[in-house]
Amino acid sequence: MRPLRCYAPLFLLCAVTANSQQQNFDQVEIHTEPVQHNIYMLVGAGGNTTVQVGSEGVLMVDTQFAPLAPKLMAEIRKLSPGPLRYIINTHVHPDHVGGNAAIAKLAGSDPALPLKIIAQENVLNRLTATAPGQPAFPELGLPIDEYGTPTKNLHFNGEAIVIYHEPNAHTDGDSLVLFRGSDVISTGDIFTPGGYPFLDIERGGSVQGEIAALNHILQLAVPARTQEGGTYIVPGHGRICDDADVVEFRDMVVIVRDRIRNMIQKNMTLDQVKAARPTLDYDTEYVTKGSFVTADRFVEAVYKSLSHATEPGGPAR
Amino acid sequence: MKIVFAALLVCAPAFAQVDFSGSWAPLYHEDLPDRIPGPELGDYLGLPLNEAARLRADSYDADRISVVPEYQCRPHSADYSMRGLANMRVDVIRDPVTQRAVAFHTRITFQEMERTIWLDGRPHPSEYAPHTWQGFSTGAWEDNMLDVFTTHLKESYLKRNGVPRSDKATFTEHWVRHGDYLTVATVVTDPVFMTEPLVRTQTWVLDPAQVIARDICETVSEVPKAADYVPNHLPGTNPFLHEVADWYGLPYEATRGGAETLYPEYRKKMEKPEHPRDRCERYCSCGAEGQVCLSPTSAPPKR
Repeated sequence: MRPLRCYAPLFLLCAVTANSQQQNFDQVEIHTEPVQHNIYMLVGAGGNTTVQVGSEGVLMVDTQFAPLAPKLMAEIRKLSPGPLRYIINTHVHPDHVGGNAAIAKLAGSDPALPLKIIAQENVLNRLTATAPGQPAFPELGLPIDEYGTPTKNLHFNGEAIVIYHEPNAHTDGDSLVLFRGSDVISTGDIFTPGGYPFLDIERGGSVQGEIAALNHILQLAVPARTQEGGTYIVPGHGRICDDADVVEFRDMVVIVRDRIRNMIQKNMTLDQVKAARPTLDYDTEYVTKGSFVTADRFVEAVYKSLSHATEPGGPAR
Repeated sequence: MKIVFAALLVCAPAFAQVDFSGSWAPLYHEDLPDRIPGPELGDYLGLPLNEAARLRADSYDADRISVVPEYQCRPHSADYSMRGLANMRVDVIRDPVTQRAVAFHTRITFQEMERTIWLDGRPHPSEYAPHTWQGFSTGAWEDNMLDVFTTHLKESYLKRNGVPRSDKATFTEHWVRHGDYLTVATVVTDPVFMTEPLVRTQTWVLDPAQVIARDICETVSEVPKAADYVPNHLPGTNPFLHEVADWYGLPYEATRGGAETLYPEYRKKMEKPEHPRDRCERYCSCGAEGQVCLSPTSAPPKR
């Protein structure tokens, strides 16, 4: 089995892919789940990939790992023979950007129909940062159509697509992608039902930003009758969801935040907080065998995020 | 001759199939205080809860329903809906050509809950498909009983006092018709919050004159709140958890639930209540001989 390469700015994130390194990608099958209208969710071994298809071609949100690129493209070709025109990366982690270059290479190049790779500018900054002795991120896969504004708009395959920057949530470069016509939101790892959110504090993530981003998803999503359906949500990992599922997840993050904040106010140390098990009632739901974000890791991230926020110069959000 | 007989067997209506169609009025003689006025806060007696479920329920603050708009128009989930204000109409969906029953479709008044129980052998959706309040149900006949298996449920509750039921739960039902009575036994399995399955039964009576009216709900933001506020009790701070023990003269430990409180043997080892009551003062005649559930007037003993 070929081990995964960890690109220079991401070497600390190789832990994200630790489980994947144990996997044989030959055994991975890509599952295509229809979401709504012309939107599909492709599930493989990395984060979920969202695919929009139509008369103008194909748009992808996130590309999983490089070794899966041929299988991903094969599934996409079952949905559309059209040119791949856009890749949008929701954030910097390798299970979401790892396939960029391989996908771009497989998609080919047509000067009249160029492929654009879009991400919030902090993603590009981190991918191009160099660390001694580490391979650079492949140039072909860099999101050089980066944006630095709060939103970026596209119109593709007959619908408006709005990309929102969610500051300091899961990382400092998170994007939500709203398919306004199809009524679908692709969230990246801001929302991961079935697993605690990975608050990547080292890369600008914070619990308050995470809650703000989840609330923004709830603002954008409009449930249909009986508070279900309507806007569908493609999470970073896990099954297709809707507004009600995000509410449960948001409530969990808020309640755990409240508990840990209360413990910090009582001057409890991180070890004391971990020992108090403030996530006990959520662990059976959000931690499974092999979970990347364990209960302790989540508690530690929330604790550090809240502690940092109270320090002079800490993030305001 | 044998061939002719075999053909007759094939063409005849399936012996086991029972028609559940019609309007059904719920009977609340089972678990009435739980189902009509609603369960007491902190009452987990008879539920096979694990430690996680207990803490989750302890943290529940009912203000969430009014403060968080997304909760206001939620229906019950399919496993609980049969226990609520469950005036129900059942229709048969038939294949227009073969006239075989393809599914039963149910509609319950509260929040206009609609559910389909497929009888045509279709598979359940993939693990990545959306979950819904009513889940995805398939049925199969076992003599005159319809066995129903439901997956793809949204996270919801086992009781309306915050006792959780996860989206990984599944449940089996057994629908049995006895003349004008319908009994549904529900067996819920939840690997996240329960240590063993929970079995509950509900009964209806046929009521052809019943009208299943509309029940339209729109969310309204009633209480100004910060965007990151979700009402909850911090661990160890819920002031209401002893009420049920004190009101009904039960040992507090028993109200905390757990699998052993499901079984009659538990009475033998049950501790004495901290505040024994010499007479019933709360919901004493609730539902008996058709009496309504009067608002409780008694306060729990001072602690």
